[in-house]
Amino acid sequence: MEKEIFEHHLNTNRRHFLGKMALGFGGVALGSLLMPDLLSGKQAVEEQLPLGLKHFAAKAKRIILLVQNGAPSQLESFDYKPKLNDMFGQDLPPSVRGDQKLTGMTAGQESFPLVGSKFGFKQYGNSGTWVSDLFPNIAKITDDICVIKSMHTDAINHDPALTFMQTGAQVGNRPSMGSWFSYGLGSENKNLPAYCVLLSKGKGNGQGVYSKLWSNGFLDSSHQGVQLSASEDPILYLNNPDGMDRKTRRTMLDHLASLNQLGYDEFGDPEIPAKIKQYEMAFRMQTAVPEITDVSKEPDHIKKMYGPDCMVPGTYAANCLLARKLSESGVRFVQLYHQGWDQHSNLVGEMQGQAKDVDMASAALITDLKQRGLLDETLVIWSGEFGRTNYCQGKLTKDNYGRDHHPRCFSIFVAGGGVKSGISYGKTDELGYNITENPVHIHDLHATIMHLMGLDHEKLTYKHLGRRFRLTDVHGHVVNDILA
Amino acid sequence: MKNKVIYLFLLCIVFTSCKQKGEYAAIPSKKIPEVVDYNFDVRPILSDKCFACHGPDVNKRAEDLRLDTPEGAFKALKDRKNEFAIVPNNLEKSVLYQKITAKDSTELMPPLDSNLKLSSYEIQILKKWIEQGAAYEPHWAFVAVDKPELPKLKNADWVNNEIDYFVLQKLQDVGLAPNPMADKERLLKRVSLDITGLPPTPEMQKKFIQNDAADAYEKVVDELLASDHYGEKMASHWLDVARYADSHGFQNDQLRTMWSWRDWVIHAFNENYSYEKFVTYQLAGDLVPQKNMETILATGFNRNHKINQEAGIIEEEFRVENVTDRTNTFGKAFLGLTLECAKCHDHKYDPISQKDYFSTFAFFDRMPPRQNKGEILAEAPIITITDELVQKELPFINKKEEEDVDVMVIEERPDVRTTHILNRGVYDDVGEEVTAQTPASVLAYDDSAYERNRLGLTKWLFDAKNPLTSRVFVNRMWQEIFGAGIVRSSGDFGMQGDLPTNVHLLNWLSADFMENGWDMKRMIKKIVMSATYKQSSVISKDKLAVDPENKYLSRMSRLRFNAEMVRDHALATSGLLNPEIGGRSVKVYQPDGLWEAASSGRGVLANYVQDHGSNLYKRGIYIFIKRTTLPPVQLTFDAATRDQCEVQRQSTMTPLQALITLNDPTILESARVFSENLMQEETTVAEKIEKAFGTIVCRTIKPEEKEMLLGYYNEQESAFMKETEQAEAFINVGEFPASKDRDVVKVAALMQIIHTIYNLEETIVKS
Repeated sequence: MEKEIFEHHLNTNRRHFLGKMALGFGGVALGSLLMPDLLSGKQAVEEQLPLGLKHFAAKAKRIILLVQNGAPSQLESFDYKPKLNDMFGQDLPPSVRGDQKLTGMTAGQESFPLVGSKFGFKQYGNSGTWVSDLFPNIAKITDDICVIKSMHTDAINHDPALTFMQTGAQVGNRPSMGSWFSYGLGSENKNLPAYCVLLSKGKGNGQGVYSKLWSNGFLDSSHQGVQLSASEDPILYLNNPDGMDRKTRRTMLDHLASLNQLGYDEFGDPEIPAKIKQYEMAFRMQTAVPEITDVSKEPDHIKKMYGPDCMVPGTYAANCLLARKLSESGVRFVQLYHQGWDQHSNLVGEMQGQAKDVDMASAALITDLKQRGLLDETLVIWSGEFGRTNYCQGKLTKDNYGRDHHPRCFSIFVAGGGVKSGISYGKTDELGYNITENPVHIHDLHATIMHLMGLDHEKLTYKHLGRRFRLTDVHGHVVNDILA
Repeated sequence: MKNKVIYLFLLCIVFTSCKQKGEYAAIPSKKIPEVVDYNFDVRPILSDKCFACHGPDVNKRAEDLRLDTPEGAFKALKDRKNEFAIVPNNLEKSVLYQKITAKDSTELMPPLDSNLKLSSYEIQILKKWIEQGAAYEPHWAFVAVDKPELPKLKNADWVNNEIDYFVLQKLQDVGLAPNPMADKERLLKRVSLDITGLPPTPEMQKKFIQNDAADAYEKVVDELLASDHYGEKMASHWLDVARYADSHGFQNDQLRTMWSWRDWVIHAFNENYSYEKFVTYQLAGDLVPQKNMETILATGFNRNHKINQEAGIIEEEFRVENVTDRTNTFGKAFLGLTLECAKCHDHKYDPISQKDYFSTFAFFDRMPPRQNKGEILAEAPIITITDELVQKELPFINKKEEEDVDVMVIEERPDVRTTHILNRGVYDDVGEEVTAQTPASVLAYDDSAYERNRLGLTKWLFDAKNPLTSRVFVNRMWQEIFGAGIVRSSGDFGMQGDLPTNVHLLNWLSADFMENGWDMKRMIKKIVMSATYKQSSVISKDKLAVDPENKYLSRMSRLRFNAEMVRDHALATSGLLNPEIGGRSVKVYQPDGLWEAASSGRGVLANYVQDHGSNLYKRGIYIFIKRTTLPPVQLTFDAATRDQCEVQRQSTMTPLQALITLNDPTILESARVFSENLMQEETTVAEKIEKAFGTIVCRTIKPEEKEMLLGYYNEQESAFMKETEQAEAFINVGEFPASKDRDVVKVAALMQIIHTIYNLEETIVKS
């Protein structure tokens, strides 16, 4: 018992320390960009940090989150429901629907005609995982992934659902997952942000993406996700202006440092040397970031694996390749958003295009990490924000249909980072409407991700306006069944 | 090795200068006080470590024990007739004390799985409190303001006005002496930015430095308060509070046109409306007896929240969401309370029940039903701003466009619906019916004095007995000037909030504010006229060690400019600033593709269409705010996200900020134009550098600085001489027309010097 108390105190110390780190001192935040890697286990860190910072062993060190923005249909990807094809056009039984509220887009519909996947399904790998014909490359790596078919959420509209997925709450200015990890674990690479965001767009019906999804919320701004763009400035304002080369910049920074030193001599304000350091870091980022974002030097076999799009900046494929490079360089949390997954109508046409955008590169990313021996320590998550209805929205024809939002079940897959591979977890009923086995709520997913990263989701808290906040609010259970 | 140095550096910072935020604000060292005070010593501990399970929330109360009231704490424990959590003056019989010192982890309180623990200091405090009789007192912030007497001081030579009495007393208590007064140049920079958000012009600087009269400073203060830029500065904070934006938020994030409401805010500040009038118009302008188009326009305050126009939303869900936003904003902005914590259950820490929450909610619930008509600029109720309306009734609106614009406003529909508690806060889980009512723990709602509508609500708010309204706003005016409030957690005056660092000072200011008709300009003048404010910001090693956060105000804090000021300062000092007040929001330079990459592709805001000409040079508060893709420079400098009411911005320092001041075209263009202007003057290079430095840093350049910069200029000039193409490229920045017959090399070299000055740490700091 005494030992338990002692360990408990150690954890409290750790939180206390992190709390201080995040507060900065007198407003100076060094934050994720200059924070030691708190969990690297490297001697230098352990020697210096107070007792209690050591946490339980982490399986994963880094996360790559592949957000399929708009909510891809589970029924045309991983959740095979042949019964729906048999019942084509028949109405969804009210007993199955229960008290489920519908969106305003279908609430007024006179009938809810069931519709099965237009695309075939087959079983793949030793695991016999079901995958639709839309994802031939993901089908090839089923033994490396864990498909969860029993995800569910509280939200039924895009913005609240995405916000929930990213921050653990549907509304409110809460920190996103990546910010929590930046806050909790610090950065592995002092020249790169701990949390990077990459955007791409498919041709399907899109729903936009919002900067609050990578917001630091009430955590220090330095934990904000840094958006990398496909433009010449991968980080905003990274490049020197025209007419200024690196040598000229160096000279300027040297003069600036001397002048700032004079200010420090006068005021004694510790923020002044901190600012000098920030300029130095900015200078280092100017070379470190372009080196990372330049994918042109990748060998041909890698380019081939990710597909021809990977050389077109701003595509999902290019972002997957970039995600691997960032992650490999120690970026704690890389988050991709691929827009265009909102198939209210013309699902058959649009989903083919969307799947083509992401299938090859998603699979390549996992294979690439595996070949480099990095998959074990990198957690890859492929997910939308909710599922889609088993009935048709709008006009049902033999060749085409649409599906509305459905919060009660959806499918995602996770890979690497301490997750069992080659399994499918959770089940839905034969109509793919309700979960029948092993439901996984968003909070549970968050708790599990944190666990894999060596963090206890109940213990990583931040006190804001009188309350200790967590990513999982007051909920969440680790899904032990999927841990390797 | 390098890594190690950084870690060491970090650790030094953490362990030498961080005091845990909000703990024992009144006690510099953790010495157990002679007499333990419930509010300042005990309650913060109980609230933080015990109330979650033994506090106001009846549904979560464990063992039927509550420790937030004496009745609860002194009564017999559940199932144990002769045992009590607390027995005053009797430590041995107090089970609480046994529990918090238990060696057995199954007995220990707080329990291990709560992840909370008491420090030995906290245990000692509780021990002494019980020994001294365990006296409870009401929460300091829920007691009506009682104006304290000015402290009697041994030596009051330093004192300038009432503020200083309280500050000096505190300093004498903790053994610190105030700093000497700041030099005139730095003081002028500071006060000019604090009142107008703009740096002083060289003319103002010259006039002030040369004026040795005793009232020279007061004259400057009055001049600044009379400037129309005062309203803009005050508005920049109020727009955060009001979650103002130019788009609706949510996925398609369509345009909205609320900017005439912003024009009203600036106007109201400049006309020095009392805080009471200012707030009453915004909360109840449709109900006031003198109702007119202006008062109705002001109610736009409560339509600034986000609106979900996504097809297929459940309308009731988002209607409730909007009323929730108004209720939470009311709590945070005016009462400094985290009301939102009581939406799903009784408040865990403050005496606010879920019923209180929905009773307050009821005031904001009587609105016409929402009709989601998809992506429209303004949802009813609205007023349309026409040229005629502007000419006749709303002359403060800066309307140029031919087209009329719609502003969303508030309309009372008393009979439209009844309000109910929503169980767990869920929009369709309807519970008990409630009537409009405020939390009685703050101040009972007096039906004989106030109507049961939003107008009555404002009367309740501005009742002299309301303990929060004045304290909360005075604290924020203080925060905007000193960088931190007297209550650090300016959004939480509840049990879990920080205690005031100087409670008597806050009480005195709050009483003074009310007694003088809620006069905002008067209060700001009072603050900036104090000796406290006029201190230099030099930080001695001792002061840094004793008071790193400057809680006791033995110096002025050095504060980085906020996001708007960083921009405004560059534009103002270079001569580029367009000083026009008000008008529609402007789209300034922004890296290409930001909106396009994130947009759903629908609506007029799918693509960023940058403005040109003088609109590029308007002040920061006019920058177009698209909620889903915020202006990047502003965001990097900690601007609020406008997602919900915010009363306090962070102030961080990151390398991304350095990249902006180094590479953002706004700063570079300012340097270029300033350089061109100086090159047209018949002065030496040294004089040009002197002038640029004086204008930008707002003080006389030191000889060593001048020498350094002059040397740097000469280096740059010869370098650019050899590479004129580089010089040409460097000065080719921004849309402002190039000066005639400019000497490319000289302009580029001087621009480099000026740009360096713009990047100086001191430049964007109030020191």
